[in-house]
Amino acid sequence: MELFQIISPVCYVVLAPLLGILLAGSDRVITARMQRRKGPPVLQPYYDVRKLMSKERSTVNGVQEFYVLCSLIFMVVTGIMFFAGGNLLLVVFTLTLSAVLLLVAAFSSNSPYAHIGAERELYLIMAYEPMVLFTAIGLYVFSGSFDVYDIATGGTMPILYLLGIFAGLVFILTMKLRKSPFDLGSSHHAHQELVKGTTTEFSGRTLAMVEVMHWYENIFLLGLVALFFFDGTLLGYALGTALCILVYVFEVLIDNSFARMKWQTALKSAWLVALVLGVGNIAVLFAFGG
Amino acid sequence: MLFLILFPVLAAVVLLLTRNEKARSIIVMASAATVAIASILLAATYYGQGLVLFDVGIQSITPLMFAAEMVLAAVLFYLGIRYKKYPASILAVIQAALVAWFEYGIGHDIHATNDLYIDGLSSIMVLIIGVIGSLIVVYAIGYMRNSRHHNPEEKDRGPWFFFLMFVFMSAMFGIVLSNNLVWLLFFWEITTICSFLLIGYTKTEKAINNSFRALTMNLLGGIGFAVAVIVIGYDLGIVEMDRLLEMGAAGAAVMLPVGLLAFAGIVKSAQMPFQSWLLGAMVAPTPVSALLHSSTMVKAGVFIVIKMSPLLGMNSAGVMVMLVGGITFLLASMAAVSQSNAKRVLAYSTVANLGLIVACAGVGTDEAVWAAIMLMIFHAATKSLLFQCVGTAQHNIGSGDIEDMDGMFSKMPRLAGLMIIGLVGMFLAPFGMLISKWAAMASFVDAENIILITCVCFGSAVTVFYWGKWLGKMVAVVAGRENIEKGVERHEWFSTGTLACLAVALCVLFPVVSDHVIVPTVQTMFGTVSVAVSSSNLYIMSAMMVLMLLLPLLFFRKNKKETKHIYMCGVNTGNNLSFTGSMGREVSVSIRNRYMQDWFGEKRVGGIGMYVTAGMIVMIIAYSVYIWAGGAV
Repeated sequence: MELFQIISPVCYVVLAPLLGILLAGSDRVITARMQRRKGPPVLQPYYDVRKLMSKERSTVNGVQEFYVLCSLIFMVVTGIMFFAGGNLLLVVFTLTLSAVLLLVAAFSSNSPYAHIGAERELYLIMAYEPMVLFTAIGLYVFSGSFDVYDIATGGTMPILYLLGIFAGLVFILTMKLRKSPFDLGSSHHAHQELVKGTTTEFSGRTLAMVEVMHWYENIFLLGLVALFFFDGTLLGYALGTALCILVYVFEVLIDNSFARMKWQTALKSAWLVALVLGVGNIAVLFAFGG
Repeated sequence: MLFLILFPVLAAVVLLLTRNEKARSIIVMASAATVAIASILLAATYYGQGLVLFDVGIQSITPLMFAAEMVLAAVLFYLGIRYKKYPASILAVIQAALVAWFEYGIGHDIHATNDLYIDGLSSIMVLIIGVIGSLIVVYAIGYMRNSRHHNPEEKDRGPWFFFLMFVFMSAMFGIVLSNNLVWLLFFWEITTICSFLLIGYTKTEKAINNSFRALTMNLLGGIGFAVAVIVIGYDLGIVEMDRLLEMGAAGAAVMLPVGLLAFAGIVKSAQMPFQSWLLGAMVAPTPVSALLHSSTMVKAGVFIVIKMSPLLGMNSAGVMVMLVGGITFLLASMAAVSQSNAKRVLAYSTVANLGLIVACAGVGTDEAVWAAIMLMIFHAATKSLLFQCVGTAQHNIGSGDIEDMDGMFSKMPRLAGLMIIGLVGMFLAPFGMLISKWAAMASFVDAENIILITCVCFGSAVTVFYWGKWLGKMVAVVAGRENIEKGVERHEWFSTGTLACLAVALCVLFPVVSDHVIVPTVQTMFGTVSVAVSSSNLYIMSAMMVLMLLLPLLFFRKNKKETKHIYMCGVNTGNNLSFTGSMGREVSVSIRNRYMQDWFGEKRVGGIGMYVTAGMIVMIIAYSVYIWAGGAV
């Protein structure tokens, strides 16, 4: 284990919220500019969360906040394991655990809106999970290891052999980032058919934790995207960092140019993408001996 | 060792003769405890010794078994005629004829030196049967008493019920400890008959139909087994499992018998296209389902397939086994989405998980088999826990439908807690099922098997969905529900609670279980061991499990916040259960899950599965017969 594998996760824990704030803030500014608005200051997400923390403490039941806290903790654990260079499948499974815990919090309220939101989120999990697994498997077949550390220092950019899987990952990233057209479970806009979906019944501190969790989650997801460009050289790291930001901007563009689609479309399209790009790419790798 | 096989039979006979309910429950508990302790002792005694063979030295046992088999075949034949289920009668006769032909023909000249054996895999099975099986039997005491409260006019057939349960356990011990294939076949048939009788226990029309379906299918599998024994005797001149595996590994032409034995295993573990017998088995009392699904019957099926796994891999039998398993995992998981009856969801999930185990065994590499054994252990613990929870819930809320489990968290908090442990245990990290699934996935990747990779990835995604929505139902805090938990029997709490602790403890001890139990077992089977999940990752998982246990202690506090009503567009009437509709009318709210019938409906998915898997099995068996008859490999 190298020193890097200790520093990097520590940096993640400390810096991810800061970067997450900047990312979410820039997202809002870019979105505003795309819609010919001026938009809020870049630090607006931080102001929002600070305000949520100071709100009157109320809840719909006694267990919800606990579930959300667990979800946040396991999200951070996911990122720590990823940035420590740990096993990618373990990372993926912990991510699923965190996602399911958030849904459990939503389900626990027994509120119609939260329930529908959570159920749609389950559809999304079912839709994107195969592609996420194929991503991990593809990286393994390419590098011979599930460990992020080995993949990142492998000497060759994974993207060169995993173009199909990368495209598939970008596709389902729309769901993971809760962007239109697949923001079915919960979106930033409150005035819609399912109110705030999954997060309808969260308020005050609980909602603030959900926001913080998203900061951590987004930085982790960008890390996953950047991994496709890492080859152990400085250039690779620089390229990965630059391109993951570009991918995020691309997702913002998608967000602003599509209307929300039905879960049926989400499921069908994501599975098709996983089958064609994911399985196809892995089959090609097998055929040509990795 | 003989004690384990014979003692349950003795207990069974005593129970058959005991009419008094109090005495019965004491005998059941004492016998169950004895069996559990004896199995732990047996496993401990032979721990770390690899394969140990035994010569029982009593020559008269085999003819006795033969006689018993003939009598049972005659009984089945009669029952088939009486209930107008002729296929069952015909199959019973064919099987008896096959066995008789073997016994008086080639089998007469073959003598097994070692009739019994024990090795790592058998020890694990003994523990599963002895510990989990016994807990289920204890649960059954409370359950059956409760059942009788619900239908007091019914005649007390408890003696018969517990008789069958114990005979079943004895036969299971026989299966996992017999080295003589003729003995194995005998015990195999006993489990078929016991499950047939237990499924038909309630004697309703549906129960009788389903029990005959189970019987017919399993007799078909049994015939496969019998033919395999004959072919082995005819070709190789042996009737012993260890020598079969030895000769197979040395390159003898054993594909046909191995394929047939695997086929018998596939039927018994309810793989597609035979899944319907296990689903039909739901008509039986819940303890029977728990027993069939977790520690007996289906586990006998996967046991034999895992046993054969060193001979499987990229050959005809191996391809059949892995594809049937993989496709069953994917399709059965999908079918589970469309079910709202809790027991049916559990049944499909069993079929799916067994599919994964079978697929791992079919791949036949050391790391795949490591995953298969892990899956088997965790599945046994978790599934019996879930079945017992559902059984208790059914008695207390009067329905086994997931949609009726609304507000269980408020009505029966303890039971809901146990059920939640079972549910998350089935599909979330850091629980054992998920780690095993992860290892299975990794081993498929290493085997470069793209079909299995696809099946397992899509299947896992679907799995998250159906468990997730059930979990959502369980955690919902619904206002205005009374606690109705008082009526639950002591036996049920004890057994279910123990299983929950066992499931959690196994997860915490995962690395230890792997290093000290599974790795040596795989070592004896394959000579090498590679584990897909490195032990540092196992320790991380174990640590996560501890974290999960600590979290409630660290952070869960009594709610000091003000409790507000949920959002219903501002027209919540104030009880969270209804809102003010148009014209001021009060409209009550009920929340239901979706079951995606048009996507994953049972008929649709089952139909596809049936054609694909049945076609594959027929083709591959036919091919093996062709190769065998042609004498060329």
